[in-house]
Amino acid sequence: MGVEFVQFSLTPILIGVLAAVACALPGNFLILRRQALIGDAISHVVLPGIVVAFLITGTVAAIPMLLGAGAAALVAVVLIEAIRRLGGIEPGAAMGVVFTALFAGGVLLLEQSDTSGVHLDVEHALMGNLETLIWLRAEGWSSLIDPVALAGLPPELPRMGFVAGSIAVLTWVFWRPLKLSTFDEGFAQAIGLPVSAIGLGLVVTAAVAAVAAFDAVGSIIVIAMFICPPAAARLMTDSLSAQVWWSVFFAILSAIAGYVLAGYGPIWLGFSNSVSAAGMIATISGAILGLACLFGPRRARVGVSAGA
Amino acid sequence: MEAFLDALTLQAGYNAALVAIGAALLGFAAGTAGSFLFLRKRALVSDAVAHATLPGVGIAFLIMVALGGEGRSLIGLLLGSALSAWIGLLLVEWIAHRTRLAEDAAIGAVLSVFFGFGVVLLTVIQTLDRGRQAGLEDFLLGSTAGMLLQDAQIIAIGGALVVAAIWVLRRPMTLVSFDAGYAAAMGVDTRRVDLAMMGLVMAVTVIGLKLVGLILIVALLIIPAVTARFWTNRVERVLWAAGAIGGVSGYVGAALSASAPDLPTGPIIVLIAAALFALSLLLAPARGVLAASLAHRRFQRRVHRRQGLLALVRGEPIHDPLTLRILRAEGLIRADGVATDKGRAHAAKIARDERRWDIARRVHQDTSLTGRYDGLTPIEDVFTADQIADFDARLGPPQPVGF
Repeated sequence: MGVEFVQFSLTPILIGVLAAVACALPGNFLILRRQALIGDAISHVVLPGIVVAFLITGTVAAIPMLLGAGAAALVAVVLIEAIRRLGGIEPGAAMGVVFTALFAGGVLLLEQSDTSGVHLDVEHALMGNLETLIWLRAEGWSSLIDPVALAGLPPELPRMGFVAGSIAVLTWVFWRPLKLSTFDEGFAQAIGLPVSAIGLGLVVTAAVAAVAAFDAVGSIIVIAMFICPPAAARLMTDSLSAQVWWSVFFAILSAIAGYVLAGYGPIWLGFSNSVSAAGMIATISGAILGLACLFGPRRARVGVSAGA
Repeated sequence: MEAFLDALTLQAGYNAALVAIGAALLGFAAGTAGSFLFLRKRALVSDAVAHATLPGVGIAFLIMVALGGEGRSLIGLLLGSALSAWIGLLLVEWIAHRTRLAEDAAIGAVLSVFFGFGVVLLTVIQTLDRGRQAGLEDFLLGSTAGMLLQDAQIIAIGGALVVAAIWVLRRPMTLVSFDAGYAAAMGVDTRRVDLAMMGLVMAVTVIGLKLVGLILIVALLIIPAVTARFWTNRVERVLWAAGAIGGVSGYVGAALSASAPDLPTGPIIVLIAAALFALSLLLAPARGVLAASLAHRRFQRRVHRRQGLLALVRGEPIHDPLTLRILRAEGLIRADGVATDKGRAHAAKIARDERRWDIARRVHQDTSLTGRYDGLTPIEDVFTADQIADFDARLGPPQPVGF
């Protein structure tokens, strides 16, 4: 736990934790609203967003990429809603049409354009590059209070920290309206809450979390963290606030355990190379959900017999 | 262009022809199998199935290498992917039925975890000597470049088998996807039919892995079915139309991709299907956006016309610009807003029919007839000439209006 840990593992773990928490918080409400797959759809359309942003600006700088991804997410949400209303199609199928078509467009654009000189490919978008977000300027734990070394932090860390912090604050500020409109939309409407604005705000927040997290850690973690920690938390408790705390705990646990297992697990087993951290974090979150499905105290569906 | 025509007429080489035929069969099978899913409102289950194939591909590769093989045998990889897709599918069902989590959460969880685990396996494989050239990443997005003759044959034969299975199973599956409760009452084992349906979806996914890849095969299962739904309300027609749309997308897409170097097969096929969807969304009769907006406009015009004529009857001024425009265009009022003879005649008829309806409501207590009064249905469509003559006898002679 010395210099090497601070240089090579501390920042990726922190970024992974922040990304996991940023996605898990809105995920709680998405799961309860049966919109869990919005995260899936958004993380697919991020690809065409960054490709178009690259084609327009010609760079892979962070800000245009984030703007492009955000715009694509917004376009996807609008398209899904339009197809659902105009065509009278159930939301799942509308979502399936939109995100696959946009993703196909993104892949085609990528193949057609000359991106050989830059680091932009489908696998990168899927798997992220968590392992490369290292802090070379660190010289040990003391660097945490050394402004010169802190200036060398990977920019993803403060960005992800800002997004995760904002989402936490938003969740806290809008707790009551969110809770009311999630559990009883009719009642929320009756006492004058802007129900559809709250729903849209939630989806936009999820999109922001997805876009920021994808930049650092790839799409796989985004989808897994939207769903697995909140779903596992839902099987632990009946109280929404407890569920949110459980989901944050599970998200942090998945991120840390996943990163450590991916980085050090193969070495413990005698192999020399590490495996994908993003994939491992998703796998751990799935293992946690599996355990919750088998042993969670509130796993059963109320009113359904065990045999049904 | 010539290369495209060559490919379209199967003249671009044996491999390309096999791929095009395989893609057409795959598209047809995906369209019909996907229709069952769509009608069951479970379209996105296919997303979980598709992503769940990845760890199977990795494990099959590792096992084949461990047994001393090359690890690239397509059959072996496809068997592995089918097995893990089946496990993923059973997990979705188990989570959705046995825990309080809804199906969408189960789909998302299985999709992301299986895919994540698959990526872990891929990174393990990349560290092996043999793994570097394995090209397993091709299964993410599909790749027909460098496809072996044997692979193309597997796709063509597999596609044909799935189409045959759908033909055999079409009746029970239609029944269950249209009305599961009724099917169960008829003695159909809905659970087994559902499993067969999922088995077909899985088969389509596995066969499509090499061609369009696991991320985009979902599109072939969903888009043709949704597109076909715009054109008809009959289940069997949705099935075959979806099959045709999928088949055409697959065939044309494969031909286009064979005719130019930088056109990846999977995305092209999906984009053609998406274009057909967009056209249908806009142009389909009855359910399309254009037809719906035309119908809305017609309805709006009829309402405005009637309100305008009623205003003429009562001698009230008309202020609404749309009403004025409609009445002027039909020559019912003059430019200065005064009713023409024709306008007065139409207004008189409307006023008379209103009074007829008043009588009708008093004479006939039957709401199935008088309930059809909505101000727009002509009274002649509801009552017979004899009945209307009876109403007129009670009304007295017609009166002129608008003076």
